[in-house]
Amino acid sequence: MSTIESIDHSLTDNELEYIEKSLNRKPNNVELSMIDAQWSEHCSYKSSKSLLKLLPTKGKRVLFGPGYEAGVLDVDNGQVLTMHIESHNHPSAIDPYGGAATGVGGVLRDILSIGTRPIAVLDSLRFGNLSNPNNRWLLQNVVRGIADYGNCVGIPTIGGELSFDSCFDTNCLVDVVSIGVGKKKQLIFSEAKNVGDILVLLGNSTGRDGIHGSSFASKDLEDIPTDRSAVQIPDPFIKKLIIEGTMDALDAGLVSGLKDLGGGGLACCLSEVSDMGKTGVEVDLGKIHLRESGMEPYEILISESQERMLFIINPDNLDTISKCFDKYNLQYSIIGKVTGTKHVVIINNGDMIVDLPTELIANAPLINWPKTKPKHLDSKSVSKPELPVDINETLLKVLSSPNLADKSWVFQQYDHEVGTNTIVKPGESGASVIRIAPEKFIAISVDGNPSHCYLDPYNGAAGVVAEAMRNVISVGAEPIAMLDHLQFGNPSNSDVFWTFNETIKSISDFCSYIGIPCVGGKVSFYNEDAKTHKAIKPSPVISVAGLIKGEHNLRTRKLHSSRPLIVMVGETFDELGGSEYYSSIGHSQDGIVPQLNFELEKRAQKLVRDCIKVGLFGAVNDCSKGGLIHSLLQMCTISDMGASIDLSNIPSNCKRWDELLFSESHSRFITTIKKENFTNLLNISRNHDIPVSIIGSIGGHNLQVYNKDDNLFSYDLDYIRSYAYDSLSKFMGGQL
Amino acid sequence: MNVAIIQFPGTNCDMDTYRVFNDYLEIDVTLFWHENTDNLEKYDAIILPGGFSYGDRLRAGIIAAYSPVIKQLKKISLKGKPIIGICNGFQILVESGLLPGALLTNSNLKFICKWVNLKVEHNNLFTNSLQSGSVIHMPIAHNEGRYYVSDDKLQELERNNQIILRYSDSDGNTSMDNNPNGSISNIAAVSNANGNVLGMMPHPERASDPLLSPYSTNNGIEIFRSMILSLEVMLKE
Repeated sequence: MSTIESIDHSLTDNELEYIEKSLNRKPNNVELSMIDAQWSEHCSYKSSKSLLKLLPTKGKRVLFGPGYEAGVLDVDNGQVLTMHIESHNHPSAIDPYGGAATGVGGVLRDILSIGTRPIAVLDSLRFGNLSNPNNRWLLQNVVRGIADYGNCVGIPTIGGELSFDSCFDTNCLVDVVSIGVGKKKQLIFSEAKNVGDILVLLGNSTGRDGIHGSSFASKDLEDIPTDRSAVQIPDPFIKKLIIEGTMDALDAGLVSGLKDLGGGGLACCLSEVSDMGKTGVEVDLGKIHLRESGMEPYEILISESQERMLFIINPDNLDTISKCFDKYNLQYSIIGKVTGTKHVVIINNGDMIVDLPTELIANAPLINWPKTKPKHLDSKSVSKPELPVDINETLLKVLSSPNLADKSWVFQQYDHEVGTNTIVKPGESGASVIRIAPEKFIAISVDGNPSHCYLDPYNGAAGVVAEAMRNVISVGAEPIAMLDHLQFGNPSNSDVFWTFNETIKSISDFCSYIGIPCVGGKVSFYNEDAKTHKAIKPSPVISVAGLIKGEHNLRTRKLHSSRPLIVMVGETFDELGGSEYYSSIGHSQDGIVPQLNFELEKRAQKLVRDCIKVGLFGAVNDCSKGGLIHSLLQMCTISDMGASIDLSNIPSNCKRWDELLFSESHSRFITTIKKENFTNLLNISRNHDIPVSIIGSIGGHNLQVYNKDDNLFSYDLDYIRSYAYDSLSKFMGGQL
Repeated sequence: MNVAIIQFPGTNCDMDTYRVFNDYLEIDVTLFWHENTDNLEKYDAIILPGGFSYGDRLRAGIIAAYSPVIKQLKKISLKGKPIIGICNGFQILVESGLLPGALLTNSNLKFICKWVNLKVEHNNLFTNSLQSGSVIHMPIAHNEGRYYVSDDKLQELERNNQIILRYSDSDGNTSMDNNPNGSISNIAAVSNANGNVLGMMPHPERASDPLLSPYSTNNGIEIFRSMILSLEVMLKE
C-alpha cells in the first residue's frame, strides 16, 4: 500500500495516471479513497472480468444473471428464485466470529436488494489441519458466527460442506450461499434511474468498522492485528428488522431502487446505483447518522458498517415508506438525491469535496496478468501405494478423516428448521431441499474439491460442477442454474493466473455442454501466505440450484426396506490422484485425478433423473469424495441400517479392492431398487448407454464388504461411528 | 374462536405458527404486534412464538418481559385463558414470572437444533389429544434451554402435575443420555399451577407437517389441537 499525501490506498501508478488524465486534474484525498475502494479487486473484478465473460449465462429460466445483486430465475406462477454467493475469507481469518457472521449478513442483503426475501443459507468452509489448535479455534468461531447470525435473523442454514487441507492454514475460506424467493413483478434493481428521487439510508449508524475492508480483501493477509478494524461488526437483530421493514416497504410498491451497503461502503454503493441508472447522485455527509464523532469524510464514505440499505424513492412516497421503518424503530436519514449530472458529488459542510464522473469510478481499467502453466502439472507421477495389509485399520483411518466425517457437530448448531420448509435437511443428502410453494421445492448444493483442482485444474473444476449437479439430481431435482466462487492466490503470480484461466475455461466448457447457466458468482484472489507467498490450492466452489415439482419426486440417501437392492450407476476407474484415500494413508499427493467425461456425465445424470421420475429409484446418493465406501456409509448411518456389498460386481477397470472402494470417479451414483425392477432398469441403462449393476443389498446393522468370496470386512455401524465417523465432534471437544 | 400470536422485534417463528393455525387447523388467528394497544382480552388464546426477541440482548426473553403487552397477558392468565410460550416465548414467560424456573445456557454451551423424543408426562388442556406416557417427536432449536428450578420447586411441580413433557429415548426412558441440554429432570415443558399457561422449548409448529418430520409424524399439531378442543369446551360452558 503506497501513500500519497497521507492517504492509504492500493492504486497503482498506472491507475493514478489514468485517473488524472480522465479528470484533467489531480484527484483529492477523499476522491482517491472512493476510487480506491471501488477499484479494489474485490469490488471491480479488474483481473477477472474479461475471463468471466466466457461463462454461459443464458437459460430458459434465467431472468437476470451476473452483474445484478443476485441471479434471478423464473420458477413459474409469477414466482422467482434468487441466489447469490459471497465469501468473507480475509475477515474470518483474523476475526472468525465477526468475519463469518458478517459474511452471512452480506449475502442476505444481496438477496434482499433485488426485492426478494432470503429463505435459506448454506456454507462452504475450508480450514487447515485440525491438529493445529488455531484451526480448531477458527472452525469453532466461524461456525458460531454463522449460527448466531442465521439463527437470530430467522433464516435457516440448511446445508453446506466443510473440508480441511494444510494449504488453508493461513487462509481459511468462508463462503456463504443464500437463496430467496419473491414475485416476478416485485423485482427491484440497484439503480438511481429517476432524477429528483431522494436517497434514504436505512439501518445501522455508520462507524469506523470495516474501513478499507474491500481493499484489505484485495491484498495478501499481513499485519494481522492492525487490520482488525477492517472487519465489520455484525448485528443480526437489526438485520432482522431491516428485512421486515424492507419487505413492508417493497409490498407498498413505492421504491424506485434499492441497494445494500457492502464492500466499499457508501462509496461503491453510490457509484454503482448512479452507473446502473445512468444518472448522477449528490450526497451531503452531514445528513448521515453516525456512530461516532470526528469521522473523516473519507471514513464515512468507505466505512463498511453492517446492516445498512440505500432506498431510492420519489420524495412524495417518503411518508408511506418511513412508516414501514418506524414500525421497527429503524433509524434512517435522507442523505441526498438523484441528479442528471452523471457525476457522484459529495458535499461536506457546504463544500463540494467530491466531484467524480460515475463512469470513471464504476469502471476500473482491466488488468490482464501473464500466465504460465505451473511446473507441478507437468510431472505426473503415477506411483501407487502398496495394497494395505491391515484392511480394517486402513478403512477406519480413511473414514475418520475429518473431510469425510459426519458433520452434525456443525449443522446442529444451525437452526435449519426455522421457516418450516426445510424438507431435506443437512446430512440427509448431498443437497438440501426447501419448499417454496405447495408441491414446489428448490434443491441446493455447494461443493468444492481443492485436491483435484490442484493436481488437474481443468478436470478438477469441471468435476466440481458435475458433483454439485449430481447432488441436486440425487434429491430428485432438475438442475436450473449455478453460481461459481473462484478462490485463488495472488493474480500477479503467473502460475495462479494460468490456473484461474484454466478453471474458468473448464467450468464454462462443461456448463455450456450440459446446459446449465451461471447466474452469478464471486472471485476472491490474494488467498496466500503473506510471508511465504504460497497460494492456497485453487478452490472453485460451485453451488447448483434445482427445481423439484411434486412431493413424489423427492429423494434422500435414506435406505428403506421396500427397495432392498443396492445398485451402482456408472463405471469406476483407476484414478485415485488427489483422493481422500491417498491423503489419509499418507501417500503422495499426485497421480491422475478423476477425469470428467462430459458425455458420460450427461448420460448418467439423465438416467438417474429418468429413473427417479418413473419411481424406480428409492434412496439416491452421489458417489464421489471418499469413494463408494463413504457414499454407502452416509446412506447407512442416516438410516441406521446396514448393507452388504460385493466389490467384484462393480463395473470397473480397477484391479485392486482398495481402488474399487476408494476411487472418486465421476458420473456415478448409488441407489436402491426393488428386486423385480432390475430388468426394467437394465433396459433403461442400455438406452442411456450407462452401466448399472447390483452390488449388494441392505439390511442388518453391519457394513459388510466382500470381494467375491473374500470377506474384506464387516463392522457394526455403531462401531464405525464411534471409532471413525464421529471424528469431527471428537476433534472439537466431544459432546454434540 | 380467535387466537393471537404476539410479535416482538426479533420474533421469527410467528409466521410458522400462524400457518399451522390458519392453514392446517383453520382457526381464526391474528398477528399481534407487541405495541398494538388493542385489548388482548378479546382473544381466546395467546401464543408467544419463538425467535430472538430484542436479539436476546441482556438475556434471552428479558426485554420482551417488560413490554406493555405482558401486563395484559398477566391479567388474561388469571382468567384461565390458555397461553403457550414456545422456545423464546417460554423464556419470556419465565422472565415475566408467569412460569416458574429459569432457562440457562445449554450444558454443551452451544446452540442445538435437532429432533428429539419427548415423553408426554401428563394430560392437561394442551396434551389432551395425546396419550399420557407416549413418546412424540419435535425439534428443538435453542441456546438457552436448560430448565432449572430449585429442588423444592421441582417437587412441587411434580406434585401438581406441572411437568408436561420430558426429553426421553424412543421408549420413553428419561435418562441423562437423552437429555440434549442438561435440563433438570429432563424437563422440556412445564405449566403454571393453574394449568393454563404452558412453556415449552420444543417447537410444535415445526412438527405439524409430516413432510418436515424425519419420522413422518405431526405430533406438534396435537398440542394446538388439544388447546382448541379444550377451548371449545370452555367456551360452551
